[in-house]
Order: sequence, then C-alpha cells, then structure tokens
Amino acid sequence: MREPAGGADHVVARSVHKRFAGVAALRAVDVVVRRATIHALVGENGAGKSTLGRLIAGVHAADGGVLEVDGRPVRYSSPREALVDGITILAQELTLVEQRSVIENVFLGVEERTGAVLRRREMRARYRQLSEEAGFTVDADAEVATLRLADKQKVEILRALARRARLIVMDEPTAALTTEEAQQLLAIMRDLRSRGTTIIFVSHFLEDVLAVADDITVLRDGALVRSGPATGETVDSLVTAMLGRPTDTAFPRKQPAAADAPVRLSVQGLRRAGSFSDISFEVRSGEILGIAGLVGAGRTEVARGIFGADRLDAGRIVVDGVARRIRRPRDAVRAGIAMLPESRKDQGLLMDTTVLGNVTLAHLGEVSNRSIIDRRRERRRALDVLTEVGVDTAKARVAVTTLSGGNQQKTLFAKWLLKRPAVLIADEPTRGVDVGSKRVIYDLLLSLAADGMSVVVISSELEEVLGLAHRVLVMREGRIVSEHVGSSLNQEAVLHAAFASTEGAAAS
Amino acid sequence: MTLVTEPEQAVPTAAGRPRVVRLSAVREYGIVVAFLAVFVFLSIRSEVFLTSGNLLNVLEQSAAVGIIACAGTLLLISGGFDLSVGATFALSGAVAAKMAEPLGAPLALLVGIAAGLAVGLLNGVLATVGRINPLVATLSSSIVVAGVALIVTEGFLISVDTPGFDRLGQGELFGISYATYLWGAFAVLCGAALNLTTYGRRVFAAGGNPEAARLSGIRVDLVRASTYALSGLAAGVAGVLVASRVSTGQADAGTGMEMQVIAAIVVGGTSIWGGQGAVWRTVLGVLLLALIDNGFNLLQVDPIYQQILQGAIILAAVALDAWSRQRR
Repeated sequence: MREPAGGADHVVARSVHKRFAGVAALRAVDVVVRRATIHALVGENGAGKSTLGRLIAGVHAADGGVLEVDGRPVRYSSPREALVDGITILAQELTLVEQRSVIENVFLGVEERTGAVLRRREMRARYRQLSEEAGFTVDADAEVATLRLADKQKVEILRALARRARLIVMDEPTAALTTEEAQQLLAIMRDLRSRGTTIIFVSHFLEDVLAVADDITVLRDGALVRSGPATGETVDSLVTAMLGRPTDTAFPRKQPAAADAPVRLSVQGLRRAGSFSDISFEVRSGEILGIAGLVGAGRTEVARGIFGADRLDAGRIVVDGVARRIRRPRDAVRAGIAMLPESRKDQGLLMDTTVLGNVTLAHLGEVSNRSIIDRRRERRRALDVLTEVGVDTAKARVAVTTLSGGNQQKTLFAKWLLKRPAVLIADEPTRGVDVGSKRVIYDLLLSLAADGMSVVVISSELEEVLGLAHRVLVMREGRIVSEHVGSSLNQEAVLHAAFASTEGAAAS
Repeated sequence: MTLVTEPEQAVPTAAGRPRVVRLSAVREYGIVVAFLAVFVFLSIRSEVFLTSGNLLNVLEQSAAVGIIACAGTLLLISGGFDLSVGATFALSGAVAAKMAEPLGAPLALLVGIAAGLAVGLLNGVLATVGRINPLVATLSSSIVVAGVALIVTEGFLISVDTPGFDRLGQGELFGISYATYLWGAFAVLCGAALNLTTYGRRVFAAGGNPEAARLSGIRVDLVRASTYALSGLAAGVAGVLVASRVSTGQADAGTGMEMQVIAAIVVGGTSIWGGQGAVWRTVLGVLLLALIDNGFNLLQVDPIYQQILQGAIILAAVALDAWSRQRR
C-alpha cells in the first residue's frame, strides 16, 4: 500500500482516449477529481461516463492520454493494479460470491491468517472496526444470496474498505434501489466522503447527483462538455448540457407515412411482471416508431416480449389484422415479425459460421425442398439480400467473426430481410457500427418503411431515434410515459420525459 | 458446403497471427494426417495388415462404436452429451435376447432397438425441458439403465438359440458383414442429415449459439432432444447388433463404451463445446482408434501401452481444440 502523496487532486485525466471496436467511447477528456469529494459523471446513455469510471478503476486501459493518481502517471491494465493505489469499483453487476457469508466476502483474498489457517477472531474484530469506519453494518454471517440488493452493495463497500480503498467508483449504484434505499446509500456516500474517501459517482439520476456531488462532469458522445463545481447546476442545466449537437444532417429525409395506412402491428396491454406493464401501441404501414428511454426502462424487454423471446404475462398482439398467439420466437417469425436483437454477437449471429449460413438460418424453409437444402437457391437468395443491405458478396463464405461491426450488423439485417417481415423491430440497430455503415442502415430502415413495412426502432442514441422515427414513445420504469409526434418530437421533450423532470411529462 | 467444418473458413483471416493459423490447420487436418500415418506405418510393418480379411475385420469390430459415434457427433454438435450409451447398448442387447423366445427374432431385435430409443428420449427430456446438466442427467440415467438391464437378465448371461437371432450379427453379403453395411449406412445418413438438410443447420445453430438460434425461430430444446433420441436409437441398434453376433444378452456388455465413443468423436476433431464438427471426422476417429487396436494385436505389443497411447491421443485432440479456440 502506497501512502497518498499530498495535494488536493486525487485523480487527474489529461486528454484520455478510448475506442471500442473502432468506435470512439472517450475522446480527449480532461477531468480533475479532488480528494475526499464526490465527483459525479453524467451524460446520456453511451456518452462515455461508465467508460471513464472504468478507466480510472483499471477495468479498461486508455488508448491515449495520461491518467495521474496522487500526482503520479499510471497505466493500469487490470483492476488489481488500480487497487494497489487504493482505487476500486462498485460495478453495476456486483461481484460477490453469493453462496458464502458476508464476512467471507468482505475479506475474500485479504483474509487474516497464519499460514493457511484463518484467524476468525481477528477477522471478526476487524469487521466490527470496518463497520464503524463505514458508519453502517451488515450481519456478518448472513449468506450473501439472501440479502437485498441494497445490502449487497453495502457488502461491496465494506469489501472496498477492507482493501483500504481510498477512491471508490460507483457505477449507477442507485439504479436498482428503492427511493428509501437510495437515500440511505447517498447518506453512506456523504459519510465516506467526510472520512476522507473519494467517490466517483456515475449516474443518470440527476436528482441524486445534485444531492451529493461536489463536482459534476458532463459528457456527451465521449467528449467533455464541462467539469466543475456542482453549485449552480440544476436538473435543467445538466439536461441542456447533455443534449446532443444540433440535429445531425447525417440522417436521411423521412417520408411521412400516410395517416390512413393500414395498421400492421398492434399491441394491447402487454405486461411482463418485473419488466413492463400496460404497453399498448400501433404501428402503421410505412411508419417508423421509435422507443426511447434510459437503459433499464424496459424498451428491450418490450421488444423481446412481442417477439416471444420472453414470456408475456398478459396482452394481445395483432399483426396485419390477425391476433397472434406468440409463445416463442418461432411463432413471431411465422406471424411476420422480425427482431434484430440488442447484442448481435450474443443473440443475433453465429459468429463462427459463414455469412451465408447466418443469412438463411431464420428462413431455412425458403431455401430448401422437403428439408433438403437447395445450395444454389440458398446462395442466390443470400447474395441478393446481401447486395441489398450493402455487404460485399465476396464475403459470403467467410466466418462472420472476421467482419467489421458494420458488416456484421448488415448481415443481421440481411438475415431478417431474406423473407420480408410485416414488422421489423430493430434494437440498437447501429451499436458498435462505424459512421459510414450507420448511414447505410438508416437509409435501409427508411426504404423498408417506404416499401410498406412497419418498423420499430429502439436506441439509446436519442439523435438516432429522433432522426429516424415518425413518432416516438418514451418509456420509464416499464411504462410508456409519453408520446411525441410533430412539434413535441424534439430532444428536450424526449429527454425530459425519459429523466422524469416535470416539463417533459406534459409533452404527451 | 457452407458450414464451419470447411477448411477454408476454419482459418480465419488472421494475418499477422500465424500461430492461430497453424493451430487451426493442425486441428483441421490432424485426424487425416494421423489416420494416414498409422495406416502407412502398419502397412509397412505388418504383412497381415493390408489384407482384405484384416481390414474387413477392423471395420466389423468397430461397427458398434462407429454407429453410436456417428449419432453422437450430431448430439455433441447440438450442444449435448451422453454418458449413458454404454448402459443403453447393454440394455438393448439384453432386452432383445430376453424377448427372442417369446417374440421371435425379428420382433425381439426391434424391441431391443426401441428400448434404446426410449432411453434416448428420456435423456432428451431430462436435459432440455428438465434443465438438468447433460453430464449429470445421462450419468444418472446410465446408472438406472444398467440397473434395469440387470433386472432384465436377472444377473445372468442370456444365451439365445432362437433360430434367426444371429442373422443380423453374423450375416454377410458379398463377403462383407451386415454390421459393416449398417455402420456405413449410419455414417452416410448422419452425414447427410448434418450437411444437406435444414435439420443439420439447426443442429449446428443449437450448439453454436443457442440464444441466437432461439431468436432465429429455432426450437433449440426440440432439436437437442432429437439428437439425444438419435443417440439412444444408435446405442439400441449397436446393442442388438452385438447381441445377435454373439447370441447372448449381458447386462455389463457395454462397460466403458461411452468413453470409446466420446474419444472417437473428439479425436476426429468435433468440438465437445458444440457448434462444430463433422461425421466424416468421427468415422476417421473411430477407424484411427480401431487401427491402433489392430496394430497392437498384429505387432504383438503389450496392450498396456495401448491405453497410454490412446489416452495421449485423446488429450492431444482436446488440447488442440481448446487452444485453437482460445486464440481467436
């Protein structure tokens, strides 16, 4: 353990860069985190706030720039190295050993021991001491699996203190807590600060941020908007700072759908316990419906529910006027619904299989006679649709994993366009995709709508939803909270609705 | 062919990472090289090896393992695993032997096969709908099945003298045993199902990425259950085949067979992690192990070394698979 060098600045980032699969997540960000303060990182989904937090905690390594801790330049390649400098992270997904007791988890890897023998009494004493330091306690013998999430977080904090952490990065710690629990956590954070711990607080709950933060850094598209004292900031000033650049010209012109066009998808009263409820909407032929909201608001869950990927508890789904019972994705495919899932790598594509094999996988019936695959027809159909989505047909026989993110995503589109669906649901259609491919995908979505398809676009990039959709629904906490069309279809209204500040709610 | 087993795709465009390419190439062609090397070696070292009598004998002797391994290849590719084929093999033989007198030979053999299919279906249900880990599910069912086989035979060796019972196992056509034909037929059918049909595509998808497969409208559980059923069916066919050849049913006939089967599949280069593999590889894998067995016999080497050699070969195959995956 190194002693902290003097100086008020605990962590200084100078012009740090980070790219993921060719996409910039952070560009030239400068931030100063003062010692024994709570420093909040805010921004839209994908603005780079979590990435910055993880960079400081050693989860990711920066591609460029300088990171200084206690006045020394550092280059962490793992969280373990950051821990040596007293830095640890409380991640969104907790990393506790669920089947073991609280005290075992707290001291995991730093047990008091003589040789290989644990010194239980000493650990008890040290646990009490830690609890005192932290200002709260958790039953030392409880099995972690039986604890509520809020208590699990406390265990994580105790664990951080047991490792003598002097800086804790907390990534959306209040997201899954009840209001009361969140308030408790904020109190703990204040208390830790008063005892000299520095906290980096990554959150999209602006009220929480304003309640505890000393300094606030606002990020947008991976770049710094501003960084400074929290005094004087309000929810509105932060939202304004987080807003994107003026609506980008990168979006193609949308053709409005005819008001009397037939409704191709209608859902009524969809509910799935713990995920969403009371979801009803219609999408007309030629219309692109956007669904916006924060991560975790239930957007993806609704898409999966409609597609049969998750079981619905209630609701009615009507495609082209016919009520459909959808119990599994196969039923949805038969009903004419296609869904491009959120993660193409885990849910969309067989990465080691060829482009060709992926493109025909969902519609094998189209390229076979009595279950025998017609190779020639398969090739012809696949090449046709690959050409349409803009994938070089020379790549048809290579494994998907060798393609760029953009070509992988286009392959996913080709897969679902081999046979035209009535409804296309695209969840994060341009995630991890280069700018050129983004434009191709936007053009494709618009032309599919223009040909009469009903398209649903879900995206964490607000600009994308606004740029593509004729109409936008905003979800918050599993419900549709507002609908935006015409003049209410703007960033401010949508963002306010998503963040639940009062002005936005009126927009519906 | 458009599946991952094609050599051209198994070498990803990994310019600047030559080690990956080399490892993948070894994994891809290792079985072919090993098979040819052993074949040539034995041809030179043994006078008897390259006679039709010996080679046909090797084929016939490997038929039981070969039949089960061909079906097992589809099972492994779909992401399944079956430790019960040895016990199922014994049960089917025992049932056929037991039923020979009351039912007559043809029907008894069919009932034996049906017993195998039933075990396979049960395994399929346990491992999919039942959500039980395949290793545990099939290990448990193998213990139960072995117990049932003991009840059927009452612990004795059942000798069958019903006329015609031994026709399947002893019969020949054009100097080649029925068993050999049956094995060939199994290999061709399994290979064709895997490579030419929509079913084969679903099998690959179910093992390669079950979630993506499900979201493509494939009923992954159904596909996997069907491969378990196929594995059970194959064990049944192999069981009655051997029972017919020796005209006996015996509860412990298949001891260790599941390991031979898995070894042959893995040595061929089919991945135990699912999603990749081919039936022709398994055929070569079965034959490689059979040739080694034959070679030790012909060259009169102490069989103790045979075990060590086989274990080492299997280890090498699995290690190659693991390493070539890790580096991607």
